[in-house]
Amino acid sequence: MAVIVDRDTRLVVQGLTGSEGRFHGLRNRNYGTNVVAGVTPGKGGQDVEGIPVFNTVAESVAEAGANTTLIFVPARFATDAIYEAVDAGIGTVICITEHIPAHDMLRVHTYIRGRGVTMIGPNCPGVLSPGKANVGIIPAEIFSEGAIGLVSRSGTLTYQIGHELTQLGLGNSTIVGIGGDPIVGSSFIDVLTRFEADPETEVIVLVGEIGGDEEEKAARYVVDHVTKPVLAYIAGFSAPPGKTMGHAGAIISGSAGTAQAKKEALEAVGIEVGTTPTEVAQLVSDRFRVHS
Amino acid sequence: MDLYEYQGKELFKRFGIPVSDGRLATTPQEARAAAEEIGGQVVVKAQVLTGGRGKAGGVKLAEDSADAEAKAKDILGLDINGHVVRKLWIERASDIAKEYYLSITFDRGAKKPLYMLTTEGGVEIEQVAEQNPDALARLHVDPLEGFQPYQARRLIYGSGIDDPNEQKQLLGIVEKLYRCFVESDAMLTEINPLIVTPEGEVRALDSKFTVDDSALFRHPDIAEMRDVEAADPQERLAREKGVTYVKLDGDVGILGNGAGLSMSTVDVVVVAGGKPANFCDLGGGGDAQGVVDALEVITSDEQVRSIFFNIFGGITRCDEVARGILTALDQMKIELPIVVRLDGTNAEEGRRILADAAPPNLYVEPTMLEAAQRAVELAA
Repeated sequence: MAVIVDRDTRLVVQGLTGSEGRFHGLRNRNYGTNVVAGVTPGKGGQDVEGIPVFNTVAESVAEAGANTTLIFVPARFATDAIYEAVDAGIGTVICITEHIPAHDMLRVHTYIRGRGVTMIGPNCPGVLSPGKANVGIIPAEIFSEGAIGLVSRSGTLTYQIGHELTQLGLGNSTIVGIGGDPIVGSSFIDVLTRFEADPETEVIVLVGEIGGDEEEKAARYVVDHVTKPVLAYIAGFSAPPGKTMGHAGAIISGSAGTAQAKKEALEAVGIEVGTTPTEVAQLVSDRFRVHS
Repeated sequence: MDLYEYQGKELFKRFGIPVSDGRLATTPQEARAAAEEIGGQVVVKAQVLTGGRGKAGGVKLAEDSADAEAKAKDILGLDINGHVVRKLWIERASDIAKEYYLSITFDRGAKKPLYMLTTEGGVEIEQVAEQNPDALARLHVDPLEGFQPYQARRLIYGSGIDDPNEQKQLLGIVEKLYRCFVESDAMLTEINPLIVTPEGEVRALDSKFTVDDSALFRHPDIAEMRDVEAADPQERLAREKGVTYVKLDGDVGILGNGAGLSMSTVDVVVVAGGKPANFCDLGGGGDAQGVVDALEVITSDEQVRSIFFNIFGGITRCDEVARGILTALDQMKIELPIVVRLDGTNAEEGRRILADAAPPNLYVEPTMLEAAQRAVELAA
């Protein structure tokens, strides 16, 4: 099982011939991900170490059977790449690209939701189901197979927590980096729904940060829809209002989107929030051993 | 990116939203000349990227050009919430019969643009939303469908504006503001107050305007509006060097890799009882040049007493990061104590490389919390 990516993933990499696309596309393949195609307009017919490159996503679907795309296209062309993938019938879009304009993502979000497409990102590290498939830039070697579902708005913070879990002898079912932008394709709730339905996932760790209200919404959702234990970490308690903290979406607007408000919303529904990434991993270890 | 009032009004004007005649001035003499050109009473308005300038004495009515010069002298150099006034907007004075409020915000939660209109303008909108929510007409627009005229009608009827002359003008303004919002890639466009003059003319008397930084590549004209001199000197240097940096107010300089981990590092320094001097995200890698640039920015803040490097090595391995740090330190003269915490891929090798080279001011700690505690001690 696991969620979003697994052994059934047939991956096309949009931007495979670029330096990032090539580096990570090949890393993903080496991990065992079934990378069936690349797409770069004008480079159809070439290959990247045996991975066939097509001019269009439609061709990669028709000729290589791609069902999932990984997008490394620069920001100003990325929304076009997303629409192309969706219109070619791709069901899962994972977009790594950072700095896509927020208005573009409003339109993309509305578009994909109407078509039942799963989108992860943009401005995300991707999705890793240890032992099955790695789609994106997550350093898979620091994670191990296990029963903890990890969903996060941040990359390195997720690696840190995953690494600490591994040190404690705990592994992950799937790690989902949903991205640090104001508008992302999948919310915490979307991923919580999948973890709840996934038999391999027994505990869920949610890693949030300042900005927006997706953590608060997730807290309310957990009450009625999630039976598995959930633990959380929130970054940005000391962030000043009105400043973008690295991620475009990590900004306190007026009094909205503070880490304190998120922590309180989560704790109000019985979700423990760790003070440091280390403490979260320790909490998971305590909880997990109680439950298994 | 936040725009000044006069810049927001410039954009309003381009989209056909009525504003008052005005001129920019940076000296009392320019203020006088501007007032002369405009003629009659003018308002001298401080241009600062913060609220509350009226209360702080940053907005004054002037009877004539000599008075405008005097008022400009008073206002220039004022410190308003830490923002020093360097620019003035000299504007034709308006008679005000009514003050309304109109805005479009980027509603992250609903993932749609959100209109708000109320006849209770001139005050903070949060106050209206809290004390008299029924007075606030709200309406979301589907981003793919775009603006439709019925939405302006619903908004206007919903706000209780019943004067047909005002309604007619507002229909135009509401529609134009949507175009302005979308075509400028705005995160916020706010007109507060949107005034009605005694003659019944509806006009934008102020502007609050925020543009999405990620979209500036397609708005070179707006990108040029950035006032680099108004920024904090460290933040300005960071922008020039392409370093992701936010100035805070403490003495522990912070450098992390990745936005989430860097935010977390700032938090952990506070947990350890310290005061972070900054947020700084090195990005995914850890190459020497990136470290040099970041350190230059961090150490340009004279309040900094110690530096905390918090690095998680993923694809970029810790041994590479350690070499990057050493190369960077070789290139720079830094006497401040530096605490390094490395974790992740090849962390042990990275720590060993640092320990072997061991400049006397470099301390290696195994965990985030211990490293934070050490950095806080060293800053004391």
